[in-house]
Amino acid sequence: MIIPYLIIMPLLAAFLITLISGKGDTWGVIFAILTEITMILLSVIGFVLTRGNPLVYNTGGWKVPYTIVLVLDSLSGFMLIIVHVIALFALMYSVAYIRHLSKSWKYYALFMLLITGMDGVILTGDLFNLFVFMEIALFAAYALVAYGNRPEEFEASFKYAVMGSISSTLILVGIGITYSVTSTLTLANISQVLAKQPPYVVNWIGAIFLVGFGLKAAAMPFHAWLPDAHSSAPAPISSMLSGVLIKALGIYVLIRLVFNVFGFNPLFSRVFLGLGTLSIIAASLLAISQWDMKRLLAYSSISQIGFILIALGIGTRMAIFGALFHVLNHAIFKGLLFLNAGSVEMCLGTRDLNKMGRLGKVLPVTTGTSMIGTLSVSGLPPFNGFFSKVIIIIAAIEAGFFSTAGVAVVGSILTLGYFMKFQRYGFYGEKVIEKIAHKPGLGMRAAMICLAILCLVTSLLVIPQFRIMIMDPVVDVVINQANYIEMVMGR
Amino acid sequence: MILYILCFILLLIGLYGVITKRDLIKIILSLAIMEYAANLFLILFAYKKGGRYPILEEGKEIVAMVDPLPQALVLTSIVIELGITAMLVALAVRLYQKYNTFDITKIRRLAG
Repeated sequence: MIIPYLIIMPLLAAFLITLISGKGDTWGVIFAILTEITMILLSVIGFVLTRGNPLVYNTGGWKVPYTIVLVLDSLSGFMLIIVHVIALFALMYSVAYIRHLSKSWKYYALFMLLITGMDGVILTGDLFNLFVFMEIALFAAYALVAYGNRPEEFEASFKYAVMGSISSTLILVGIGITYSVTSTLTLANISQVLAKQPPYVVNWIGAIFLVGFGLKAAAMPFHAWLPDAHSSAPAPISSMLSGVLIKALGIYVLIRLVFNVFGFNPLFSRVFLGLGTLSIIAASLLAISQWDMKRLLAYSSISQIGFILIALGIGTRMAIFGALFHVLNHAIFKGLLFLNAGSVEMCLGTRDLNKMGRLGKVLPVTTGTSMIGTLSVSGLPPFNGFFSKVIIIIAAIEAGFFSTAGVAVVGSILTLGYFMKFQRYGFYGEKVIEKIAHKPGLGMRAAMICLAILCLVTSLLVIPQFRIMIMDPVVDVVINQANYIEMVMGR
Repeated sequence: MILYILCFILLLIGLYGVITKRDLIKIILSLAIMEYAANLFLILFAYKKGGRYPILEEGKEIVAMVDPLPQALVLTSIVIELGITAMLVALAVRLYQKYNTFDITKIRRLAG
């Protein structure tokens, strides 16, 4: 039974770090890295074990639906692997980067709490438990955004916390309404009961949850907090927030609720397509006009979330594969790009693209890996972003959504456009920079190189053998609503 | 029904405050109102007119009991909200130290 340990271990690490560390951060680093390595092993084991054979853990030995169930199926396993891989590299990067800001264990304790919250959200099969874990993750995220102790970070964190609380309140109201209709909080049981209700009930509950979790995912009309929070946070935290937090709390929960609980219907499809189209186009146009490096990347995150949303809106098997593949790819390349931006910020002391120049001589690793990240995000072969975008576009044409396919193509071109600007001014400007304030540490360079290699390696997933082995069980879980209910509720 | 409508109005008052007020402390208070309304919503769903406490007793029939589960949920959510409010107040204090004001129109380094 590995499921509870996936939540207990980071939580325990968070408290042990708080207890044991004195003034320095040595114990924090040791505990955090050890926990993360163990968690990667556990989640890979979980993913392999659960291919077609999901694990269900009843907390306290009570029977469903009187207990909180934790469910580990392929989708959860897939998300867990993404979260922990990005978290490990962010931690490797943090060791040098955060010491540059302050030498405190508090960062690592909060980081572990963030991991706990995301693990809980991904594993839980209970609606209210999901809310509680979501709040744990968000609480850690608010504190970590403000970690650098600068005025604009407090401002961003306050904005994030207010928006987050509004969406949490909406979600709580949604949970109340769901409970009043179904008299249960177990997701699988809710799904069974809702199937017998008239469709308007599902649509109203769905609308509330779409707003609530849409705010967490930062889809376009609900995006206002993201550019501030993600650009002000310390770089490894930006890469965690943009890479995995908006996906674990937003996209993953939406997939679980819409596909496995409410059942996918044309109305959800239209809403997803609308939100996705708006996110892609508007966020790309806003990104072009940014001169703050991390802000540009933050807007780019919104537009990439749009790609995932339109793929979910198309809803065919291939589109779901594209969406999940893009979730993985976006986590990797956006994680990498934020780490690059952090490294540039640390060395030059600015995030303004106008003040940068030719960095190839002083920061060779950062320049090289940022080029790989750029090529991935703008969708150039043979990097992973190309394949997921092509799959989404082909799926749209196959299902007859020609305008959506057009939007995706235009979005890709715009992405290429603002990343040209990012490269041109950020790394290949006229002014040759000779000396820098700080050099990026070994851990920082190693993390960036590993993520850059992953950008290439994950494109192997399109090869049919790997796809059938790794991605097909995940897509099966999303598409097969009846299976999810059966596996949690028993036959 | 009238109770639900009043509760919903309370939620809207909170939302109105969060959106329109310019003072950090007033925003925090409005959020608290909104969260109270959400909690009240959950309690109202569980309430039954003339219902009694949900404890099994000898000699008493099981009729008209209040549903205890939403009350447990509300306790949890109150604790979470306490944490969030404390966090927001702490952030407001730090913002005041940095900017010397609670007015959000003057706290604007991040635009766009």
